[in-house]
Amino acid sequence: MFGFGILSGLLILPLIGAAAILVLRGDDPATVNNIRWIAFWTTVATFILSLVAWYDFNPAESGFQLVEQKTWFSSAISYKLGVDGMSMPFVLLTTLLMPISIAASPSVERRVAEYMVAFLVLETLMIGVFVALDLVLFYLFFEGGLIPMFLIIGVWGGKRRVYAAFKFFLYTLLGSLLMLLAIMAMYWTAKTTDITVLLHTNFPAGMQKWLWLAFFASFAVKMPMWPVHTWLPDAHVEAPTAGSVILAAILLKMGGYGFIRFSLPMFPDASQFFAPLVYALSVIAIIYTSLVALVQEDMKKLIAYSSVAHMGFVTMGLFAMTPQGVQGAIFLMISHGLVSGALFLCVGVIYDRMHTRDIDAYGGLVQRMPLYATAFMIFTLANVGLPGTSGFIGEFLTLLGTFSVNSWVALFATTGVILSAAYALYLYRRIIFGVIEKPNLMAIADLSAREVVIFAPLVILTIYYGVHPQPVIDASAASVDALIKGLGQALGATKAAGL
Amino acid sequence: MATAFSLPTALPEFILAVGILVLVLLGAFRGERSVWLVTEIAVALLGVALVVLLAGHGGTNVTFYGSFTDDPFSRFMKALALFGSLVTLLLSVEFMRREKIAGFEFPILILLSTLGMMVLISASDLIALYLGFEMMSLALYVVAAYHRDNTRATEAGLKYFVLGALSSGMLLYGLSLVYGFAGTVSFAGVANAVKDHSSIGVIFGLVFVLTGLAFKISAVPFHMWTPDVYEGAPTPVAAFFASAPKMAAMAVLVRVVITAFPGVAGEWRQIIIFVSIASMALGSFAAIGQTNFKRLMAYSSIGHMGFALVGLAAGTPDGVHGVVIYMAIYLVMTLGTFAAILSMQRDGRYIEDIADLAGLARTNGPMAFFLGAMMFSLAGIPPLGGFFAKFYVFAAAIEANLFALAVIGVLCSVVAAFYYLRIVKIMYFDEPVPAFDQPGLAVRIVLALSTALVIFYSIVPGPLTSAAMAAAKSLF
Repeated sequence: MFGFGILSGLLILPLIGAAAILVLRGDDPATVNNIRWIAFWTTVATFILSLVAWYDFNPAESGFQLVEQKTWFSSAISYKLGVDGMSMPFVLLTTLLMPISIAASPSVERRVAEYMVAFLVLETLMIGVFVALDLVLFYLFFEGGLIPMFLIIGVWGGKRRVYAAFKFFLYTLLGSLLMLLAIMAMYWTAKTTDITVLLHTNFPAGMQKWLWLAFFASFAVKMPMWPVHTWLPDAHVEAPTAGSVILAAILLKMGGYGFIRFSLPMFPDASQFFAPLVYALSVIAIIYTSLVALVQEDMKKLIAYSSVAHMGFVTMGLFAMTPQGVQGAIFLMISHGLVSGALFLCVGVIYDRMHTRDIDAYGGLVQRMPLYATAFMIFTLANVGLPGTSGFIGEFLTLLGTFSVNSWVALFATTGVILSAAYALYLYRRIIFGVIEKPNLMAIADLSAREVVIFAPLVILTIYYGVHPQPVIDASAASVDALIKGLGQALGATKAAGL
Repeated sequence: MATAFSLPTALPEFILAVGILVLVLLGAFRGERSVWLVTEIAVALLGVALVVLLAGHGGTNVTFYGSFTDDPFSRFMKALALFGSLVTLLLSVEFMRREKIAGFEFPILILLSTLGMMVLISASDLIALYLGFEMMSLALYVVAAYHRDNTRATEAGLKYFVLGALSSGMLLYGLSLVYGFAGTVSFAGVANAVKDHSSIGVIFGLVFVLTGLAFKISAVPFHMWTPDVYEGAPTPVAAFFASAPKMAAMAVLVRVVITAFPGVAGEWRQIIIFVSIASMALGSFAAIGQTNFKRLMAYSSIGHMGFALVGLAAGTPDGVHGVVIYMAIYLVMTLGTFAAILSMQRDGRYIEDIADLAGLARTNGPMAFFLGAMMFSLAGIPPLGGFFAKFYVFAAAIEANLFALAVIGVLCSVVAAFYYLRIVKIMYFDEPVPAFDQPGLAVRIVLALSTALVIFYSIVPGPLTSAAMAAAKSLF
């Protein structure tokens, strides 16, 4: 269509929806209702289009597919899109969670048009991050996402929203600007910003270290890794429910995706050199943030800290540089996208009813909300990593992959699994079990039909991927194998040259 | 192609010069009744000059015995200067009428200053440089104090004049030193003379020349006048100061160091690097505490000149390319932001406090969106134009191995992002204050158009990028 492929369609479709909403804009209830439906159906259409892309996608191939290229700035900096087995799952995760987030936003009553426009623009930028095959284009999407998210947190957020929005913005901006300088250095070395070419460019080992550190600055903040994670609890707590869902489920994955796409294959020597640093930070993140999560009084904050801990497993698995480790990291990111997104939705459900996120304000909800208690239980157990849920597969694979490289790291990380059981089950007990003591909880209503429909796909996928993880693993297997093989060759070559 | 004397080469300048003389006569004979006629003709003259300039033949032509160069670089920068003058003149109409200070002198002074800029941009010897510099500056001193019954405006004008005269003196002193030691006034001759030996006298001259020019682009440490003048001068005049003269001064700075002093590149690069870092840092930190929008824009422009100089510090064709693109995008962003400041009026009075923007997203959604886009673009956030401006200059710095400069630059831009975000925060997050009056058509068009330009630059970057590349290459 007009010389654009299906991936461009994924980028343009949400923008068309946003434009339609801008044309409509108005405050009367009928218009607001129309706006909600336009936003919802736009994201559904995008999801369907991404399923079509998935249908066209051949998981057995390791290279980039559905590639399209147009001249942009020059022959060196072009508009180039494509997906491979490592980016396709993230595209699907994004398009799946968007309609869910939009559907979970009825409590937003102020400035609905702007809210929906911000989300739709954010969707374009997020998909763009995962499909861009040009570094400058990638950067454009990666950092452009800050603008809508800044507005979402700042306009529709909680009490300390201004502080949280600024902290989020400036933290991530600082990290990504250092990456930008590294991108320029790569451009002058390789004379192009085409990712497919850069993947086969051998950067000198000394330069690799600097480039790696610059990319690390960006992805570690985005991930987030200890000790630069402090923006995340604030941003999560203050963001509206749908904002938290998108933040936890997709924005955090950009860091991990960046490590897989850039740091590992482009700077193999530096990755190996810095792997101990990543291990150390990951283990600290897993144990320290789990302990911090134990003492939280705010539900969203607790889940935010648990996200940091889970991302620790991801970075650990990635830098083990084994097939299981990388595979597990990808799986864990997808699973965490579903589970943490769902957990924030769970918090949103009771927040909409009681307008507080204090754990102490609840108790005994199982008496009044059996359906909610069931859904919450499934996601809590998936967060803990119980076998039979998607959380288990990812954690198990990352630990397996790491154990074969460094058993001490795996050993320490495993304690994090135990701690996660402690804080997650403790949270669940305090909110759900017991008798209802607070009088204002007596009248609380169980999940509405709308909420059941929102949770259904997440529950199904969490359990389905728990017992049958093959679809995700198959989709990325060929690409991951190629990545690991390339890494092995690059490191072997360096070793031979070093001798 | 070098000719001794060729009028067509300087056709846009002649159109302006003749037009100015006619307008002066018209104004003198018809008096105050002619204000709007003179303004309209002045706008038309600038438009015609712009069209003639852009329609002109390509290539490089040197004329007037080597003192005037017409090349892609000068055409690009002149187009920016003319565009800046044209837009500020359009923006000024409504302001002058409401403040009841309209006079036929104002458009004529703007035209005179613009003519000076064009001579300055095309100057290829030291005499033409000084001639253009003074022609531009003298008109600027007068327009700064144009609101003569207003003490702040007269104070701004006086301050600007005293410091400006000092910088002109420095420049002249530097030029005479260079002439004395090089034995020639033409840039090419100077370049030949300082190729083999870099005597201390030439270096001294170079330092004084750079001082004089740095004053006009308000680079630290010669920036002191900027905040006071921007705040005190009438808003359209501040918009003018922030746009067109900066284009001319930056153009001549680039031309002088690249074409006249390539032999002592190591020396002037040190100076440019220091000035650049100092400007970025001061522009970023000093703007944080500002409550007056015009004052904030003054510090913002100081910072932006620092960023643009990062490209010049590289001293390569890519670096000059970055500077040229930076100035073009900076011009659009500045004019857009000043258009927004000019639409801040309540009960028929102009206001300038940032706090008056509170809740603008709800009282005037489109304006908040436009100004918000300007702020994100000034902060350098992709996919807006301001990002690509920074991208090119920092890329050039990395190419020239100026890593420390690039890192300091990005750190400063994070700090600067804070105060741009603060304006977005005030517009979008805060509780609304009473709405502004409906601004005039010109202001709204400029605001919308500059927003469209910064948003769509990333989609169609080709024309500007290639024109800038041609401009940069013509200097080397």
